Amino acid sequence: MAHCHHCDEFSRASLMRRTAAEAGRGLPAIEPGMPVPAGTGLDRRSFVTRTFGLALSVYGIGKLGLFEEGIARAASGPAQPVLVSVFLPGGADALSVLYPALDSTYRKLRPTLALGPAAGPVFSEDTRLHWHPSLQPLATLHGEGKVSVLPAVGYTHPDQSHFTSRHFWEVGATDAQLVSGWMGRYLDHAGSMDNPLQGLSLDYQLQPSLASTKVPVASVAAPEEYSFWAPGVWGDVEQRMLDALGSLGAPRKDPYLNQAAKATAQADRLRRQLAPFAGEGYGSPVPYPDVDDSFPHRLAGLAAMLNANLPLRCVAITAPGEYDTHSDQPQALADGLDVTARSLLAFQRDLEARGLADRVLTLVWSEFGRRAEENGSGTDHGAAGSGFLIGTRARGQMVGEFPGVDNLDDDGNLHATADFRGVYCSLLEQWLGEDATAVIPGAGSFSRPVLVK
Amino acid sequence: MPPVYRGPFGKPQAERLLWRAGFGPRPGEAERLAKLGLEGAVHKLTHPGRERLRGAKPHDNDGHPLAPNDVWGHDQLWWLDRMVRTTQPLAERMTLVWHDWFATSEDGVGPARLMLRQNRLFRQHALGSFSTLLTEVTRDPAMLLWLSGTDNEKDDPNENYGREMMELFTIGADRGGYTEQDVREQARALTGWRNDWDDNLGPVNFRFDKRRHDNGVKKIFGKKGIFDWRDSCRLCVHHRLHPSFFVTKLWSYFVPTAPPAATRRELERLYVRHGFAVRPVVEAILRHPALYLGPRMVKSPAVYTAGLLRALGRGIDTEDWTWLMSLAGQQLFFPPNVAGWDDSRWLDTATYRARWLIASQAIEKRALKPDKTKLPDDASKLLVRAEAFFGRPVLTGQTHSELKRFAKSALGDANAKWKKEQYPALIENALRQLLASSPDLQTC
Repeated sequence: MAHCHHCDEFSRASLMRRTAAEAGRGLPAIEPGMPVPAGTGLDRRSFVTRTFGLALSVYGIGKLGLFEEGIARAASGPAQPVLVSVFLPGGADALSVLYPALDSTYRKLRPTLALGPAAGPVFSEDTRLHWHPSLQPLATLHGEGKVSVLPAVGYTHPDQSHFTSRHFWEVGATDAQLVSGWMGRYLDHAGSMDNPLQGLSLDYQLQPSLASTKVPVASVAAPEEYSFWAPGVWGDVEQRMLDALGSLGAPRKDPYLNQAAKATAQADRLRRQLAPFAGEGYGSPVPYPDVDDSFPHRLAGLAAMLNANLPLRCVAITAPGEYDTHSDQPQALADGLDVTARSLLAFQRDLEARGLADRVLTLVWSEFGRRAEENGSGTDHGAAGSGFLIGTRARGQMVGEFPGVDNLDDDGNLHATADFRGVYCSLLEQWLGEDATAVIPGAGSFSRPVLVK
Repeated sequence: MPPVYRGPFGKPQAERLLWRAGFGPRPGEAERLAKLGLEGAVHKLTHPGRERLRGAKPHDNDGHPLAPNDVWGHDQLWWLDRMVRTTQPLAERMTLVWHDWFATSEDGVGPARLMLRQNRLFRQHALGSFSTLLTEVTRDPAMLLWLSGTDNEKDDPNENYGREMMELFTIGADRGGYTEQDVREQARALTGWRNDWDDNLGPVNFRFDKRRHDNGVKKIFGKKGIFDWRDSCRLCVHHRLHPSFFVTKLWSYFVPTAPPAATRRELERLYVRHGFAVRPVVEAILRHPALYLGPRMVKSPAVYTAGLLRALGRGIDTEDWTWLMSLAGQQLFFPPNVAGWDDSRWLDTATYRARWLIASQAIEKRALKPDKTKLPDDASKLLVRAEAFFGRPVLTGQTHSELKRFAKSALGDANAKWKKEQYPALIENALRQLLASSPDLQTC
């Protein structure tokens, strides 16, 4: 297999994004010379909302008091539709997600990777296609009319850089210089100055698609991990020690000493607020997959937050799995899709059990699909990829047709039969009730598929 | 010459100097340095003599020597060990400054060996000529990979390095120092570097290849010539806006407030008069009143961690520092981007907790066992012991009284015989944790 230096960088970059995220320091640049990640320029502040006892990192907000009032006010208003964006990182292989089992060209292009007709369930809207076996949960939801499938979504002049293509999707335009995310711009128009939860990154860091220029947005850290322990200290003394943390955080004259004191005081406040979460996390009416990855847990938390009537509007999260499958594709792809699909099914069932299902649509996307012709054990970067829209209000019908593998583009990749910018326009207009021209550059030139019923 | 601090130079001043110009004192070091007076102390730091590494050699969790080239995270531990054990703290601190100044990430480079090679370069030129350092960095393999130097060829110029060398390394953005046309012409001047790929070693054999170099005439900063990469560096260092950029940026690593205008001009003159030498400028900054009379600085996670270990006389005996420091926001060899770490954002609720964990890890091995330790039932005495544990750092009155108040109230909870016997040790452990994570020890 040909060595792909670029993609080593990709996986390291992913690792680093996570590390940087755990450090709570926002978005690192992803690669020198590549587009500036959306949201890099925003201020970030971490604090706790007294109202709901959640650990939040908040981007671009001035006064904290205002924020808490805003949450309370927004939470008491009418329930808003919620859009959840789920990103499959690395470029998921569209020709495995929905594969033309008996197509002779497909079998020729994929001598080792082709999946057989018995492997996965038939896709009822185009029976040439089968679902990847790990996607049975999505096939089930599709059978209930709750999934719209986009078999080949992308854009013209596809870029095969992870960073650039992902950036395009995140900012909602094929513009390397744009630094606000498409959902962030929506919130700039439709959101409020005092409700960061309107844009919620279910992560330790801000998801770039939520990067706004005006209104605040938030990211939730892991509330159940926020505790303090010291070696050789317990009982009464430990309680006294933790109390002392607060008094050490009292204001100081020196500005930097005071900065450290403030961090101490905030940490103490956060610790007290999150004490009820310590250990167990959230309760859920349905079981979620029991896996190491935090994805199902975070979705369970999201459902719990919606149930608590927190004023969320746009939510972004990264799916588990490694989809940059240049080698050893079958196992890696199956593992990632498996946890992702089972978690999404559990989330849907959770929303249904709580009576929230009509309020939430979930968009699943990846930065591109992969090359039609395999490289022996995997596939290289391609163009059009798979997308899904999940929810009881999703129209449940295919958007754009399967383009087939006999008519590939000049690079040997699938042609897009739906444009992600048109999808965004439809979601804005049909689901979020916003004029897309205010959010998506050149919105007038994209046709809007019907996505919502 | 820039102004020089004329106030008292005692333990508090010496301690601040050791933190700003290094990684904090070993026990007794601040007291000894104070005896030399300001001039003597600065001279000792800027002319440290031959380097030695003092104390136990570093090892991994299993007691094996570190393998910085080969094992993930060991490069960071290897460097942290030098910060802890070096007898040349300023040179090591300047190595960290250059790592941030020419911020290169292993994330985009690949092999740790190339990062370590760049690290040696930074150490070698720590206090030397900036002009030489810039020239060497420009052809450094890690940098060539990081900012696309080896992708920059005659037929397909890549502007990555040319832009950053002006924006971040020498002149500064938005100062009217260069145009987009200068960026393009710099890229042309910098063409010609290449490397090969080895399936085992990755990128190897970095070299200048005339055939890939654009040897036409370029126009940079209004000057015309058949410029190459050396000219490119020279033109930047001799740019009219370089000295002000250089001294202001260098100053910011030692003093948190901007230099007064007069001081900045004096530092520029000093820098130019000494032919772009770093040492005289650093010396002037370390003698400046602003360092001793101005506000404190927040320690970076590397300085905080290395400083705790120096104070405790503990070497690198666990690999935990790798993840703990990254949780605190500073994983060495992985700066967040080419602009380096953001010093204004070290502390938030997440990184505060990471520093708490760093302090716990630092003191855990020596935690007292309450059933086996007899300590006095006296808050003041317990606090004196805790301070001695860290080599008696200078504390603010506020922190001192809060800690004492804690010890007193905790002793007051001991309402049974076994508690009276055991609480002093539990309290002593807690005092160590609180002291290490207090605002005083997070700043310097």
